[in-house]
Amino acid sequence: MAAKKTATKTAKKQSDTVATAGSSKSASPSSSQRASQKKSAVDANTLSKIEKLARQTLGEATKGNNPALDIRTRTLSNVSFNEKKKIIELGDRTQSREFFNTGMVRKFMQTMLVASKCKNLIDEGKTVSIRQMYYLSKHNLPGSNENTFEDQNESDPIIEDLEVGIDALREELHLFATRKGSVVGRMVIDDSGDRIDLARMGRGGWSIPSIVEPEVLKFVEYKADFILFVEKDAVFTRLNEDGFWRKNNCILMTSMGQATRGARRLLQRISQELKIPIYVLVDNDPWGLYIYSVLKQGSINLAYESMRMAVPGVRFLGMSAFDYDKFKLTPAVQIKLKQEDVTRAEQMKAYPWFKDKKWQREIQGLLDNKFKMEVDGFLTKSISFITEEYIPKKLRDKDYLQ
Amino acid sequence: MAKSKQKNARAHAAGAPPEPPLPPEFKTLAVDDEPAPPKRRATAESMATRQRDISVSEFFTKNRHLLGFDNPAKALLTTVKEAVDNSLDACEEAGILPELYVEIRETSAAQLAQVKPGAGKGGKGGKASEAEAAVGPGPASRFRVIVEDNGPGIVKAQIPKIFAKLLYGSKFHRLKQSRGQQGIGISAAGLYGQLTTGKPVLITSKTGKGRPAFQIQLRIDTKHNQPDVVGDTTVEWPKEHGTRVEIELVAAYRGGRTGVQEYLEQTVVANPHLALTYVNPKGERAEFPRVTSELPREAQEIKPHPHGVELGMLHTMLSDSEGKTVKQVLVDDFSRISPAVAAEVCRIAKMNVSTPAEKVVGDDLERLHKALGLVKVMAPSATAVVPIGESLLIAGLKRRYQKAEFYISMTRPPSVYRGNPFVVEAGLAFGGDLPVDEPADIMRFANRVPLQYQPKACAISESVYLTNWRGYEVQQPKGGLPVAPMAIAVHLASVWVPFTSEAKEAVAHYDELLREMKLAVQECGRKLAAHIRARAHLERDAKRRSMFEKYIPEVAQSISDILGVPKDKAEQSFYAALPNFVRFTDEGPANGGNGGGGAPPGAAAAKTPAAKTLAAKPAPDPTPPPPIKGKPKARAGKRGEQLSLTE
Ligand SMILES: Nc1ncnc2c1ncn2[C@@H]1O[C@H](COP(=O)(O)OP(=O)(O)OP(=O)(O)O)[C@@H](O)[C@H]1O
Ligand SMILES: [Mg+2]
Repeated sequence: MAAKKTATKTAKKQSDTVATAGSSKSASPSSSQRASQKKSAVDANTLSKIEKLARQTLGEATKGNNPALDIRTRTLSNVSFNEKKKIIELGDRTQSREFFNTGMVRKFMQTMLVASKCKNLIDEGKTVSIRQMYYLSKHNLPGSNENTFEDQNESDPIIEDLEVGIDALREELHLFATRKGSVVGRMVIDDSGDRIDLARMGRGGWSIPSIVEPEVLKFVEYKADFILFVEKDAVFTRLNEDGFWRKNNCILMTSMGQATRGARRLLQRISQELKIPIYVLVDNDPWGLYIYSVLKQGSINLAYESMRMAVPGVRFLGMSAFDYDKFKLTPAVQIKLKQEDVTRAEQMKAYPWFKDKKWQREIQGLLDNKFKMEVDGFLTKSISFITEEYIPKKLRDKDYLQ
Repeated sequence: MAKSKQKNARAHAAGAPPEPPLPPEFKTLAVDDEPAPPKRRATAESMATRQRDISVSEFFTKNRHLLGFDNPAKALLTTVKEAVDNSLDACEEAGILPELYVEIRETSAAQLAQVKPGAGKGGKGGKASEAEAAVGPGPASRFRVIVEDNGPGIVKAQIPKIFAKLLYGSKFHRLKQSRGQQGIGISAAGLYGQLTTGKPVLITSKTGKGRPAFQIQLRIDTKHNQPDVVGDTTVEWPKEHGTRVEIELVAAYRGGRTGVQEYLEQTVVANPHLALTYVNPKGERAEFPRVTSELPREAQEIKPHPHGVELGMLHTMLSDSEGKTVKQVLVDDFSRISPAVAAEVCRIAKMNVSTPAEKVVGDDLERLHKALGLVKVMAPSATAVVPIGESLLIAGLKRRYQKAEFYISMTRPPSVYRGNPFVVEAGLAFGGDLPVDEPADIMRFANRVPLQYQPKACAISESVYLTNWRGYEVQQPKGGLPVAPMAIAVHLASVWVPFTSEAKEAVAHYDELLREMKLAVQECGRKLAAHIRARAHLERDAKRRSMFEKYIPEVAQSISDILGVPKDKAEQSFYAALPNFVRFTDEGPANGGNGGGGAPPGAAAAKTPAAKTLAAKPAPDPTPPPPIKGKPKARAGKRGEQLSLTE
C-alpha cells in the first residue's frame, strides 16, 4: 500500500502557511468567506431554486390558489433499503405544506423565512451554523407574543424541510451544523486555501468542519493505508497519545458519538477518492451498532442525503460481543443490558441491512451475553492494550464484519 | 318511651304473661301480632268538655309552614306574592292590562307588638307571646308592604271578608287556570301582620270612574274568624279603578333566590304584559315596562273530567245533586260525558242509570269512581289552559336577561294528566353577560307564579337534571345542574297544578308532567346546541382567519426579500386569496371578501347564514306556538289519549 498521491490544486492560495493545531478555529469563518467571494455555479443553482420557490408561492396566491410546497416525508414508513446500493433511501411520498391550512401555515411561514435568509447568506457569501440561523430568523410577530421561531428544535427541522423541499443540500444553503469530531493522521489537506498537515495536529487533532465539499476542502497529499473511526473521544486520545496512526500508517478519526454530517461526508470522500478501507470501533452496545449502521447506510432523517454520505463498505472492527471471550475479559467490563437496550437490539436485528447471518449472530451475541461493554473496558487489561494488542490483532486476523 | 308504656299496658290487658324483653326492633312487631282490645281512656262526655272553637291565630301559628310564613324572610315574600298574584288574577279576569306598584318600606327596627292589657279580644294571654309565636325564627324588623293594582276593584261589602276572613275566595270552587286557588292567601298575610305588629290591614279600592274610593281598615277577630272593620272612609283617588293593599308585618328583607326581588324579576319574565314598578326598602325604584300589550287569553272554566275526579269530589258532586239521577249528574256536571257515555259508565259500574245520585255511597261509589277512570272519553278541552306562548316567553326572558346572546323557547302541545289539561313550556337565555362558570339559573313557574322554594322536590327541576346537557354542548357535573351562562324557565299551565304540599312550593312528579317538561327542555337544549355549534364554527373561522392574517406579512416579507418585489404587492395577493379559504363572518380586513350580499343596510349583522338565523335575530321562533283555539287539530298523546282542541 503506502500509495502516495498528490491532488491537483485548483483553489487560489492566499496563504501558504501550513496550519498548526488550533488554527482551524480561527481559519474557518474567514476561509469560508474567502471561498464564496466569487459566486460559484453551485451557489447560482441554489439561488435559482430558492427564487423558484418564492415565485411559485406568490404565483399561486395571486391566482387565488393555495400556495404549497411539496416536501418528501422523512419518516420510517417512507424510507427503504436499497439492496443494490446498500443504502437507506428516501421514498417518493411527499407531504404538501400549504399556506392556507391552520396546521401548516406557521411552518410554511418559517420555511419561506429560512429560504429568504439562506438567499441572503448566499448573496453575501457567508455561512452560519444552524443555531445561528435560528437567531438570524427569530423575531417577534408584530402585535403578538409569538416569535417566528420559539427554539432551535423548531428551526432545525425546517432547515431539513427546505433542503428536501427545494432539493438543495444544507451546505449549498450556506449552513453548517455544530462542529464535532477530530481527525489526525497521514494526510495533508487544503481547507479554503489553508494547507493543513493532519500529521501535525498535536493531541487534539483537526476539528472536522461541517462543510467538506471539494470546493472548500481538498486532499493534497496522503499516504495512509486505512482509516480508523472511533466512537469515543477518550479512545481517540488514547490511540493518538500511543502514536497508533504513526505506527500503523493510518488516519484516525472520531465524531464523539453519532457521526456528524461533516464527518460522514469526509469519510465518504476519503473512501471514494483515496480508495482505502475504513474501520469502525464502537462500544459493544445497540447505540454503537447504530452509529456504525448510520455510517454504513445512512439515517432515516437524512435519508435524502444517503447518496453523498453513506459508506456501504465501512468495516465493523469492534467491539464485538465475542471479544469478551476472545480477549479473555473479566466480569469487570460487564454492564448489564437494560430493557431498552434489549428492545433496541431486537429492532436492529430486524433491519434489512442486518439480515446477514454474521450480523444476526453478532446481535444475538450481545443479547445472549446480557451485558454490554465499552472499548474503555480494555483498560482492565492494561493502559495501552487497545493500541498494542486489541486493534492490531483484530486487523491481523481480519476479524471484522461488513 | 310513651310507646313502650303503651305496649305493656296492652299486653297486660290481654292477660298475657310479661314477655322477656326483646331487642327494640321486635317490640312493635310483637304487639301488632296480637291486637289487644284498646283500653277506654276517655269518654264522649269527658271529650266534650275539651271541644271548642279553634282560634284562627292558633291555627295559623300551628300551620305557619303550610301557609308560607315559616320565617321572617319567607313571610315577607309570601305577603308580597299573595297580593301580587291576586292583582294579576283580578286584572286578567277583568281583561285589564295590569299595572302594578309594589313597595316595601322598613318602618322601624325589630319591634314586636306591644302588650296592651285588654287589647286582645280575649283579654287574657300576652299579645307579645302570640306575636313571638307568629314570627318564625331569625332576625327581623318591621316592614310595610304596599301593593297597588289597576284591577277591577272590589265591591265595598266584600272587602272585609276577602282580607279578614280565612278561606274566603272566588277561585276554590271552580276548575279554571289561575294563580290563586285556595282563598287563604291574602287574609293569611293580613293575619300574620296583625299578629306580629298589631296593626290592621289597610285596603283602598275603587271599582270605576266616578265611583268613590273606599279606604277600609280591617282586623281579624281571631277567635271567630270574622272581619272587624276598624276604619272606613272615602278618599280621593286619581285612579279609575284598582285596589291598594297595605300590610304591616315583622319580617326580614333578603336578596338571593328566595327573595322578593327574585320573585318580582321572575314574575316579570312570566308576565310580559305586566308593567311593574318596585320600590325596595332602600328606596330604590325599578321600572319594568310591559313588553307586550297582548293580554293572555281568558282561561275557560271547565267541569271536572271523568279521568281526573277524586273520590271525595265525586261524592260531593253526587250528594249535592238535588234529586238528579246518576246519569243526569254525570252528563251535567262532567265534561266530555254524553248520555251514551254516561250509560256506558253505569254499565261498567253495574249500576242502574236512574239510580238517585245521592244514594250512591260505599261500594257503589267506589265502583262508579273506578268506571269513570276506565271509560273511553275525549280528553278535556285545552281551551282551559293558557300558556305564555313562545315569542312572549322569549320577550319575558329578555326583560330579565337583556344581554344574553341567544334566546329560545318551546311550548308543548296541550296534554292531560288525570283528566286535567296542561301545557308545559320552556325558555332559555344563553351567553352574553350571564355568568360562565356557575350552574344555570332555573326559574320554575306554575300558572305564571314563580316557585322559589324546594327546588330539589320539584318535577320541574327534575326535568332539567334529567336532561343530558352534555349532549347539547353544555357542561354538566354528574347528576347536577348544567354549568353554563344560561337561564332556564319552565312553565306549567294547568287548571289544577299538583303541588307536593299546601305550601305550593314544588310540582309533584306525575309521569305525564315530567315527560312533557323533559320534552320542552330538551327541545330548547337541541336548539341551543345548534347555536353553540354554529357559534363555535364562527369562532373557528375567525381564529383561522386571524391566523392567516398574522403570517401573511411575514411570508410577504420573505418573498419580497427573495424576489425583490414590493412587500405590499405580495401581501395583497395573499389577502385577495384569503376569502377562498376562510368564511368571512364579520367586517373583513381592509377590502376583504363580501360574505354574500343582501345584508341589512347599516346593521352590523353577522354575515353567515348560521349567524343570521341563530345569533343575530333577537327572537328565533322556529316552531309556531301550537294552535290552541281555532283549528281542530288533534294530537295523539303517548298514553293513547286523544286531546281534542274543540269544545
Ligand atoms: N286585588 C284584587 N282585586 C280584585 N279582587 C281581589 C283582589 N285580591 C283578592 N281578590 C278577590 O279575593 C279573593 C280571595 O283572595 P285570596 O288571595 O284570599 O284567595 P285566592 O286568591 O282565591 O286563593 P289563594 O289562597 O290560593 O291565594 C280572590 O279569589 C279574588 O276574588
Ligand atoms: Mg290569592
